[in-house]
Amino acid sequence: MSKRTVKLKMYRYDPDKDDKPYMQDYTLELEPSDKKLLDALVRLKSKDDTLSFRRSCREGVCGSDAMNINGKNGLACLTDIDGLPQPIVLRPLPGLPVIRDLIVDMTQFFKQYHSIKPYLINDTPLPDRERLQSPEEREELNGLYECILCACCSTSCPSFWWNPDKFVGPAGLLAAYRFLADTRDEATTERLDNLEDPYRLFRCHSIMNCVDVCPKSLNPTRAIGKIKDMMVSRAV
Amino acid sequence: MVKRIVVGAHYGLRDWIAQRATAVFMVIFTILFAVAALRLPEMTHEAWSGLFRGGVMRFFTFLFFLALFYHAWIGVRDIFMDYINPAGVRLVLHVVTIFVLVGYAGWAAQILWRL
Repeated sequence: MSKRTVKLKMYRYDPDKDDKPYMQDYTLELEPSDKKLLDALVRLKSKDDTLSFRRSCREGVCGSDAMNINGKNGLACLTDIDGLPQPIVLRPLPGLPVIRDLIVDMTQFFKQYHSIKPYLINDTPLPDRERLQSPEEREELNGLYECILCACCSTSCPSFWWNPDKFVGPAGLLAAYRFLADTRDEATTERLDNLEDPYRLFRCHSIMNCVDVCPKSLNPTRAIGKIKDMMVSRAV
Repeated sequence: MVKRIVVGAHYGLRDWIAQRATAVFMVIFTILFAVAALRLPEMTHEAWSGLFRGGVMRFFTFLFFLALFYHAWIGVRDIFMDYINPAGVRLVLHVVTIFVLVGYAGWAAQILWRL
């Protein structure tokens, strides 16, 4: 049986050596066990060890290997090679500063995530066992807590490209609603105050690129809509 | 001087609702107005200006223009927020836009009550 080959076009940039980024072509022979794009990248790196990208769990849980694949953000470890049109064009996540090749500086992304205080705030003394929720209350958190912070959504969002320093972005707002929706959290008013801002929340114009790219099939636009609903119901 | 990023203007919700409310009003008015205009016996200047002779029609048409200008203000400000970075330039553009839109509103009233 003839071996599968795959053509790749990779964004390359090493600020220590290169004046500016360039695209490099590769043709790679795959082994039968290479199913996902990440398998191809790992194989490629064994041939060209100057190539840099992040990866860790290789099964869509850690969110390290987010990249722009043929123009659309996604996780290399969850993307089937066979379904991709060739040459497979790989670029770093758009809008963030490039450190090297496919590795971007995610400081801005995490700054926005931290700004929504992504942890339970509850100052009442702990009950004897635990803070209980009804099954319905717990149900509300489904589709929110699963976010792996890969940044596929925020870096595909034009509003985040224009104002990454001021707009929280889809990932941060999904996390914000995760705690707004949590009946055990007591900081609802502060959280809504923190987001009631023309930049932090209202830069979202429901473009829905975030929903389109999320590798975990989450829906930040719906979460943002629910934050707006909460604001409306406390204002009118 | 260190330039710090400042957010927290604590508005946004009101404009977000206003943008939707004005849009709904404009859609309803446009449909009703189109029906009224199509039901005119003939498309003459007389018949057209007769349509605006009633006080109610003038009032709602003027309201339509106010809705349009408020809607436009929010939309144009959104564009400035996205694409114009220096705050000073943004402020100038905001002021100019407000003056222009207020001017348009006065002009619309003048035209409507002259008909």
